[in-house]
Amino acid sequence: MVKVDGSGGANSLIQARDLDKTFTRGGEVIDVLQGLNLDVAPGEFVAFMGPSGSGKSTLLNLLGGLDVPTRGSITVAGDEITHMSGGRLTDWRARHVGFIFQMYNLIPVLTAFQNVELPLLLTKLSKAERRSHVEATLAIVGLADRMRHYPRQLSGGQEQRVAIARAIVADPTFLLCDEPTGDLDRKSADEILDLLTRLSVEYNKTILMVTHDPAAAEHAKAVLHLNKGVLVEGMAPGAH
Amino acid sequence: MKFLPLIFANLFRKKLRTTLTIGSFAVALFLFGLLVVVRGAFNQGVDIAGADRLIVINKVSLIMPLPFSYRDRFLRIPGVKNVTYDTWFGGIYQEVSNFFPQFAIDPENQPLVFPELAVPADQWKTFVADRTGAIAGAGTAKRFGWKVGDRIPIKSTIFGNDTWEFNLDGIYKGTHEGDDETQFWFHDKFLDERRTFSKGTVGWYTVKLDSPDSAIAVAKAVDSMTANSPDETKTETEKAFALGFAKQMGNIELLILAIGSVVFFTLLLVTGNTMAISVRERIGELATLKAVGFADRFVLLMILGESLLIAIFGAVIGLGLCKLFTLRGDPTGGFLPYFHLSGATVLFGFVVAILVGLLAGILPASSAMRLRVVDALRRV
Repeated sequence: MVKVDGSGGANSLIQARDLDKTFTRGGEVIDVLQGLNLDVAPGEFVAFMGPSGSGKSTLLNLLGGLDVPTRGSITVAGDEITHMSGGRLTDWRARHVGFIFQMYNLIPVLTAFQNVELPLLLTKLSKAERRSHVEATLAIVGLADRMRHYPRQLSGGQEQRVAIARAIVADPTFLLCDEPTGDLDRKSADEILDLLTRLSVEYNKTILMVTHDPAAAEHAKAVLHLNKGVLVEGMAPGAH
Repeated sequence: MKFLPLIFANLFRKKLRTTLTIGSFAVALFLFGLLVVVRGAFNQGVDIAGADRLIVINKVSLIMPLPFSYRDRFLRIPGVKNVTYDTWFGGIYQEVSNFFPQFAIDPENQPLVFPELAVPADQWKTFVADRTGAIAGAGTAKRFGWKVGDRIPIKSTIFGNDTWEFNLDGIYKGTHEGDDETQFWFHDKFLDERRTFSKGTVGWYTVKLDSPDSAIAVAKAVDSMTANSPDETKTETEKAFALGFAKQMGNIELLILAIGSVVFFTLLLVTGNTMAISVRERIGELATLKAVGFADRFVLLMILGESLLIAIFGAVIGLGLCKLFTLRGDPTGGFLPYFHLSGATVLFGFVVAILVGLLAGILPASSAMRLRVVDALRRV
């Protein structure tokens, strides 16, 4: 279930209400998001589409606790994150959010194994437990044989799969993907999208994905269009 | 501990840059260690000077002698326990570069006034009975491979140009760390017999006191006693004498402080710049770490940790090399007999290195800590 009219019930995993986000640049006030409402149920795979500057990434940053709204509230799994302090928000992110970026954002001096292990360093898991989690996760993304490779030794698609493994290794509440296929060729992009679909279908992961690519959006269960700071429900991929 | 691989991986992402920065630390710490060693060598006499000893020299200059007859007069002053005397010989053993201090001494009172320079009883007994006998410090004996029974020829430079031969009857050792083990002693009577001028004189007196508390009174009494005589004296504590001797070389302390300050300030700038560049070129990675859930404070400590590791590696290398260098002994051929890097200096060097490491890292680390994830990711 995905709603944009504020009518979502208590079973929403993610709930945004009357969300405004305003930036001031050179004395000019820019309203990026205006009174946005969003309800996402657990296990949903939602694609956000829209032209550049429409506020897609800003919405993702707000939902991921990387930025704070000018007005409104965001509740995730019962936690109201809008008024959390910086430190609490960091802890919350570590437990609840898995980020997947367009440029993968892997640490180049760490191996695939070490990159995936990063979120687990923030937990109380033992070294052996971390190892087994990382190995299992890299097996899920099909890179069990690339654990000791550095990012520079991997293809773009493999790097993104490592990034996905890093995002899911700590079993977060939901995944936020910002143009996850934006830097990949069609074949690699399809592999990544298939992987995300698998995570949604087989592992019931809640996924929110920003994309420009209608083919990518087709993998989502629901597609929302963002234009001039307002979300529109159910627009077909490629309609913009 | 689990974060160490992350810190090490970041530290050595630019191996050449990190190596050069560590090298800068190593060179600075080596220089620091060496300066402290040299300072210690110059101040050796000050550090080991007895609090209950006074040095009496000719008021005109140290090189002017004093009459032998003063000894009995000094002994009559209240507070004086003993008096001994020395005369500088200034001879050459084989080559000028083989420098070590040679003194004509008073065998009867020398061990009573300088008990810390210990000679085995049987060797001392032999020396006292041997008119051409000599005692060498363990350092000098080791330096030239001398052993008891050897014949030591020393060419005179002050008292004629001929070569004086001595029997090495014994070897003394210092009983405290830093005691001078480079001296060479022989009988004052032998000197007095052979020299053709200044007979009946000595170079300087060392007065042993009943108590350090009587130092001022005795010094005044000695100088008053010799006032208006042809050989007026200047009396000061052994420490003040050694300090004055060291200061003849110039203000070593100030020189060392100035060089050390410049070196460490430069090091601070070099390391600070390295860390600033290191932070600037991985802003995206730092933002990713924060997005993943690493706290601002962790990022601060991680950058500081890298800076500290550079400092510690540099200090280990620099101070280690300095220690190795000093283990080879005095490189000046006898002018700096106490050439030793102490544990306290090593510890102090580490503390200074850690402070510089922290100071160099604090600005880049705090800017990394304040980094906003959203702003940083936008730049990637």
